[in-house]
Amino acid sequence: MSHRTSLGLDNRKMAFWAFIGSECLLFGSLIATYLVYKGRSVVGPYPHDVLNIPFTSISTFDLLMSSLMMVLALAAVQRNDMRWAKVWLFSTALLGIFFLCGQVYEFTSFVHEGLTLQRNLFGATFFVLTGTHGAHVSVGVLWLLTLWYRALRGKLTAANAMTVEITGLYWHFVDVIWIVIFTVVYLIQ
Amino acid sequence: MSLYRSRRWLTVAALTLSGCGGPFPQSTLAPASGYAREIDGLFGTVFKLMMLVFVVVEVLLLYTIIRHRHRPGAAEPRPTHGHTVLEIAWTIAPALILVFVAVPTIQTIFKTQAPAPAGALTIQVIAHQWWWEYKYPDLGVVTANELHVPVGRTVDLEMTSADVIHSFWAPRLFGKRDVIPGHTNHIVFAAESIGEYMGQCVEFCGASHANMRLRVLVDSDTAFTAWAVSQARAPRAPAKNSVEQRGQDAFRRYGCTGCHTVVGVATGIIGPNLTHVGSRTTIAGGMLPSAAAMIEKWIENPQAVKPGALMPRMGVKPDDLTALVAYLQSLK
Amino acid sequence: MSETRGWRSWVSTTDHKRIGQLYFYTAFAFFLIGGLEALLIRIQLAKPENSFVSAETYNQLFTMHGTTMIFLALMPLSAAFFNYIVPLQIGARDVAFPRLNAFSYWVFLLGGLFLNSSWFVGPLFHAGSLNVAPDGGWVGDANLTERQFSPGVNIDFWMLGLQILGISSLAAGFNFVVTILNLRAPGLKMMRLPVFSWMTLVTSFLIITAFPVITVGLVLLMFDRFFGTHFYVASAGGDPVLWQHLFWLFGHPEVYILILPAMGIVSEVLPTFARKPLFGYTVVVYSGVLIGFMGWGVWSHHMFAVGLGPVADSVFSATTMLIAIPTGVKIFNWIATLWGGQIRGSTALYFAVGFIAMFIIGGLSGVSHAVPPADLQQTDTYYIVAHIHYVLFGGTVLGLFSGIYYWWPKMTGRLLSEPLGKLHFWLTFVGMNLAFFPMHFIGLLGMPRRIYTYSPDLGVAKLNLLSTVGALIIGISALVFVFNLWRTRRHGAVAGNDPWQGATLEWATTSPPPVYNFTVIPTVESRLPLWRGEHHAPMAPLPATPPQPIHVPGGSWWPFVTACGLPVLALAPLTHTLWIAFVGVAILLIGIYRWAFEPFEV
Repeated sequence: MSHRTSLGLDNRKMAFWAFIGSECLLFGSLIATYLVYKGRSVVGPYPHDVLNIPFTSISTFDLLMSSLMMVLALAAVQRNDMRWAKVWLFSTALLGIFFLCGQVYEFTSFVHEGLTLQRNLFGATFFVLTGTHGAHVSVGVLWLLTLWYRALRGKLTAANAMTVEITGLYWHFVDVIWIVIFTVVYLIQ
Repeated sequence: MSLYRSRRWLTVAALTLSGCGGPFPQSTLAPASGYAREIDGLFGTVFKLMMLVFVVVEVLLLYTIIRHRHRPGAAEPRPTHGHTVLEIAWTIAPALILVFVAVPTIQTIFKTQAPAPAGALTIQVIAHQWWWEYKYPDLGVVTANELHVPVGRTVDLEMTSADVIHSFWAPRLFGKRDVIPGHTNHIVFAAESIGEYMGQCVEFCGASHANMRLRVLVDSDTAFTAWAVSQARAPRAPAKNSVEQRGQDAFRRYGCTGCHTVVGVATGIIGPNLTHVGSRTTIAGGMLPSAAAMIEKWIENPQAVKPGALMPRMGVKPDDLTALVAYLQSLK
Repeated sequence: MSETRGWRSWVSTTDHKRIGQLYFYTAFAFFLIGGLEALLIRIQLAKPENSFVSAETYNQLFTMHGTTMIFLALMPLSAAFFNYIVPLQIGARDVAFPRLNAFSYWVFLLGGLFLNSSWFVGPLFHAGSLNVAPDGGWVGDANLTERQFSPGVNIDFWMLGLQILGISSLAAGFNFVVTILNLRAPGLKMMRLPVFSWMTLVTSFLIITAFPVITVGLVLLMFDRFFGTHFYVASAGGDPVLWQHLFWLFGHPEVYILILPAMGIVSEVLPTFARKPLFGYTVVVYSGVLIGFMGWGVWSHHMFAVGLGPVADSVFSATTMLIAIPTGVKIFNWIATLWGGQIRGSTALYFAVGFIAMFIIGGLSGVSHAVPPADLQQTDTYYIVAHIHYVLFGGTVLGLFSGIYYWWPKMTGRLLSEPLGKLHFWLTFVGMNLAFFPMHFIGLLGMPRRIYTYSPDLGVAKLNLLSTVGALIIGISALVFVFNLWRTRRHGAVAGNDPWQGATLEWATTSPPPVYNFTVIPTVESRLPLWRGEHHAPMAPLPATPPQPIHVPGGSWWPFVTACGLPVLALAPLTHTLWIAFVGVAILLIGIYRWAFEPFEV
């Protein structure tokens, strides 16, 4: 699958970086909308009423750790150590699932406190932004579990290192976006 | 060519093309206020520069393709790849032209968007689908579609929308400004001569966007004051047993009071204020002249005049309709 | 899969040349549909207070005319050339991701069908009419598009259709960025790349950065219409103007997406027929790249009437004037290319020269819009409609026709008829000027756009009639063109490899090229490999047969299957039925998984 390319970069990797550039504009537009509408909600609950920084710090840490797992998974695949590759791939996915559970818990508690999509602009912008991010994490989890399953069946080897590297790119990107969201929405209120 | 003559050339060209002599009541090329004149002057400057570039480029292109067309037996052309000095020159030339456009542009932007001076007449404009509401807070007047202003006095239009985005425009008097729910936009202008100036909504706002017309009536000082005074007055009650009184009954019976205001009679606010509708020259958002037959046509079937109009067909019986129209016409 | 004939081979094709042809015929069909919509519009406006169509139908006609022409005709016609020509120009055997390429096409076709089905499906939605086509203008300004003011399915079709089409464009954008950067023949350095391929690269970057922004705008609208949010509702603290910012942040790069490919075509055609290189290649390339970047800084010049304030208006006025410079400079480069040449007047050249002559008019009226006070008289009137059509018809459409006459022989092996081509050109040229030039005056005399009728008092009736006549002539010119295409399929003169003595790599191979494009991938030593240069001989001809067998990937069904998931998914909100969404997602997942694990060697 590795042909000579004009810039020496694998086609799939280049395509993926272009995709990440595109996604930056997607999340950028959602974050800009959040910022533009900050303070414009006509009724509460307002951010300081519901946002729980300690709890969300834990899920942020969880996602950061999952990125570490991803790095370890790639390293394992690159040295053809499929036993550890399976462990790290699964761990990454598991931490991702924990993150999603945290999001679900957080969203449902907000709804109980009266913050819904329809309630005010904070609800609308918050849920669309974090929901889009959560959808991206879900796709990533599915992707990781697919790789893990193929590894279980013996179909993932060092020859697939590029695929795993691109998976890592996606996963790290989703993590970085979360850092930005955490900073903009939770830390800077 | 002077500014005035270049503008006239354009109008002449337009007239020639249209094959008739006008008039063009919504023309942007016949300013009747200081604001419109500023715009017209600036456009004249830009237009002259545009014409210059247009002529140069088209002549150059035409000359080139004629002069350098293939002749049998001619030598292969020299493979010129570029010419730095030339390329720099033809980059700087348009840039310089644009500086001559940019400077007066920015000056005019700030001049025409300056806040209204003290003593300006404030008029609130509220856009609806598909009619215009006007309130004169200092004069206690509420009316619709026909905007009266005194000649020579600075007017400050404070504009917002009750539903979707519209745009207020009477080209001879001012450039347009969008009218947006949740925003208040301003147009500040002073009309120079007495007369009627046509305009219409100029931001697509739904089914009857094309039918959302407006008129600005520039009155003399005395005429304006007289108008304002009569508009602020409550209407006289109709004479007993007159056709107008039967019309007033019909007005109540058919539920017109639910949407319309007539001071002393009804307080609806969904449709235009009709307290002095008889004094207006048009009805239905400037769509029809306000003759009896036209008012009947409107009430009978609003959607036929303005597709999508929110005014329902009330099924007014013919006798009641005549009386109703007489009543409305009496509301001067 | 090694079938080469029959419908199955077309549905499963991953060959860029076939995909290019699919794009061409589909886009041209939509061009004719958009043209029909324009004719109906012009018939309605031929006289004041006309009743040829109802107000509702008219509002759908102008919305669909704009949406169809931009998203279903002009962009895909450019894509037809990206697909067919770019791999040939860069000396590659195909694009970087052939299945993704096929996917882009099928999504485009299905999205276009989805959008246009709205003309017929009114009864299925208990609407009062047969047609429930989108009716909010091609820019769909909020808050008119909120459910409160647009209760029917019209806007839903628009919003969902555009999201589907956006995916098609994004996929193509990623594909061509990688193709052009990574699949060039040995020796083909970036500054030796043909200008058309360069403009394709810039356009592709614009697509992948601009489309996400409108996606967000549409998603927020979707949430407002379906899930009760208030993103564009003023009474909840929202602002309809947010839509305009998001839309035009996309919308302005979009107009460069529309014009740059045509500029690329003109930059190829002029040197070929003038028999000399493009004048100032470096500047033309850099100005294209610069326009791509600067195009991000001008969006609010579409919003001068909104009341953003004098500072914002001044800034955007200045940036808009700035961007006129790299755009205008190209015109001089093109004229200088023709200067000193030995210009052979083929139809392709006529259209390329026509492009220059017409685009300058559109560009100059654009400069007048860059002046906010003047724009306050021009915006939302027919003066703007004139500008749009001079740059998009006089510019993009004429440029695309130039490309068609130029590259049709390469794609089909037959030359289009020159006499019919010249007739087509003159009818088009006369028709478009008659149709659109009067609109400058109609607008300055105060007629707004997007109105289904106008008062006879305005005094613009005769000018409108003139414009309608022009539109009819354009319609006739399209028929002449279609006849030319049909006739030359069988009776056209055989083209040979290089009928125009072109300079770039696509002319080095046969017409049409073999499935593997080149028998041997050439090594490139100059910008104009097939021409004799000052320091190098023309490229040696390629061997007639490949020295060893060339592997060509077979087709694949999964791009088509995956593409089908998207309109199915879109049906769910359209019909307010949740389970259909699961079916759509299932199709997508099955398609994607089978695609990912299918053995496919490029």
